[in-house]
Amino acid sequence: MRIELVKRKEHSQTMALLSPVIAVALTALSAAILFSITGHNPFVGLYKFFIEPLTQQWSLEATIDKATPLILIGCGLAICYLSNNWNIGAEGQFVVGALFGCALPILYPDFENVATLPLMLLFGAIGGALWALIPALLKTRFNTNEILTSLMLVYVAGLLLDYLVRGPWRDPDGYNFPESRIFSDAATLPEVFGGAMSLSAPITIVVAVILAIVLAKTLKGFEIRVMGESPRAGSFAGFSAKRLTLFSFALAGALAGLAGTMEVSGALNQLLPSISPGYGFTAIIVAFLGRLNPIGIIIAGFVLALSYIGGEGVQSAMGVSNEIASVIQGLLLFFVLACDTLILYRIRFTSRRIADGEASHV
Amino acid sequence: MKSLLKTTVAAVAFAALGSAAQAADLKACFVYVGPVGDFGWTYQHDQGRLAVEEKFGDKVETAYLESVAEGPDAERAIERFAREGCNIIFTTSFGYMNPTIKVAKKFPDVKFEHATGYKTADNVATYNSKFHQGRYIIGQIAAKQSKTGTAGYIASFPIPEVVSGINAFLLGAQSVNPDFKVKVVWVNTWFDPGKEADAAKALIDQGADIITQHTDSTAPLQVAQERGVHGFGQASDMINFAKDAQYTAIIDDWAPYYIHRVQEALDGNWNSHSSWEGLAEGHVVMAPYTNLPADVVEMAKATEAKIKDGWEPFTGPITKQDGTVAAEDGVRLDDGAILGMNWYVQGIDDKLPE
Repeated sequence: MRIELVKRKEHSQTMALLSPVIAVALTALSAAILFSITGHNPFVGLYKFFIEPLTQQWSLEATIDKATPLILIGCGLAICYLSNNWNIGAEGQFVVGALFGCALPILYPDFENVATLPLMLLFGAIGGALWALIPALLKTRFNTNEILTSLMLVYVAGLLLDYLVRGPWRDPDGYNFPESRIFSDAATLPEVFGGAMSLSAPITIVVAVILAIVLAKTLKGFEIRVMGESPRAGSFAGFSAKRLTLFSFALAGALAGLAGTMEVSGALNQLLPSISPGYGFTAIIVAFLGRLNPIGIIIAGFVLALSYIGGEGVQSAMGVSNEIASVIQGLLLFFVLACDTLILYRIRFTSRRIADGEASHV
Repeated sequence: MKSLLKTTVAAVAFAALGSAAQAADLKACFVYVGPVGDFGWTYQHDQGRLAVEEKFGDKVETAYLESVAEGPDAERAIERFAREGCNIIFTTSFGYMNPTIKVAKKFPDVKFEHATGYKTADNVATYNSKFHQGRYIIGQIAAKQSKTGTAGYIASFPIPEVVSGINAFLLGAQSVNPDFKVKVVWVNTWFDPGKEADAAKALIDQGADIITQHTDSTAPLQVAQERGVHGFGQASDMINFAKDAQYTAIIDDWAPYYIHRVQEALDGNWNSHSSWEGLAEGHVVMAPYTNLPADVVEMAKATEAKIKDGWEPFTGPITKQDGTVAAEDGVRLDDGAILGMNWYVQGIDDKLPE
């Protein structure tokens, strides 16, 4: 006997809506089991992990703040993936964007006025876009594989940041420690509400909503979706695959670069040898969890951020190890993907003989 | 269903009351850069935390967060502890410096202790240890034991603490063998067993038969064990990972400091300061000398005793790599010069990354 996945003829709309809920419930159940076998109270654990972060203004803001770069990068990546462009290098675009954006307060620390921040954000977006255009141009001109080139540029970007922070951009008053000078208030993204999140959160929500409208209601959105699903049909309609590759990479890069600049300006206030705990890669997960829909990505980013904040909560309050928190995050992703798979496919148990017979028909 | 709901409500209520139920006088919290199980830097800090628990029992409650990335996650982790009622928070990595200062401004009533940094405030103290004292001793051992006259040094980041460690190691070695060489590999990480092991292999291939490290994992010593060369444990006694390879280890013992500071916080006489102690105060401890001939052990113990009596390894004559004099014969470098050290001594086969 063996197990097969068979494609369903029709997908249940109800289940499509319910599947994330089922996935969260299964994660909670598994988490409870994990807490129990590691000797912790499962109810307290679940409460601390999933509920408590939502009950206090500070932790709620911290969650939103953690979700912000994931959502902004994820939205850009969704445009790439919808149009069949596999940009894996958002992490590098995030870094180079931050370098462009932060060049201003580092090289011209005395340039302090109302234009400082807007210029930083603009430069950040340009930097990210330029970095993303490298794999896009290589793809359109030389037909290289953009997955490889965009990924490898991540490491180049990381080393560039490392070089600048240790060398030319090192804080002159910093005892040789590898970090840039601390930005002035004029170059710091202001805090909003209680102070655990910066202006980056509202900016991100606005961008996501605009993208959702563009995708759903405009010709450009139609072009992106058509070229992703059927490039040949798209070319008959007069759309250019090359132009769209350049466009989607530049947009995704600009958003990642903007996220990088806002993260450094709002949260770190200085460049450090490492400025991202893997946002650019985690955002790929967020983009797919959100089903490549900007609104879905907002929700997915928030849920993933919640799992980080909740993970810290159970660690600090109950002494649960960091690994358990990571396992629970992994389980969440696993169940979401598994539930989605079961919407599209059903499981069939077959004996080998029948299966072989069917295979011969194919 | 109803009973499940009841249990849940009870559990939620219990969770809410959780902190009130424990009536500790003080809550001490620790932020770690690596996993508790690194058997190096973070492991030793956690041993210090456990010593605090053991010493004070129910009077002091502790909590920790491990593997907290330097960056925005650090600020959130520190702020979380401040909000959760921690009275004293130890942040145990250099990269937590600015986040610690930032959070401390918001919580003037909470006491903060930052390890290895240089920024203090009314409620932020710093603490560090004179690891370079131990490095002088292992430098002497290396020069005595090495057949090739070359040691490999796996270094993390070119910050003063690491640079002064390399210098102290070579000064110790030169006191035994003036021609001793040290090769340096910068791995740009505090904890990455794979990278550290690769660096160790590369250094051994280049002729180093002594491996020493300023990174936190046991990997370099394990490579030394496999390849039949020798080395020194870092931060923690790593003898269990390299029975034949480890000569000794420079152990960071944070327990006396943590117990002392928690006691002061309990007594209400905690003040901000910059602590920088070494072998004499027991903040740096040499692990048992093993796999060594008796005369080398004797030499190491004699140097250890000399340092405990107040002798400073950074006492002239010291010549910088560029040939200029750092300290005349018999002159001792002042603390500021050691804590801000950004130059190599003569004889190091490497250029300091700029």
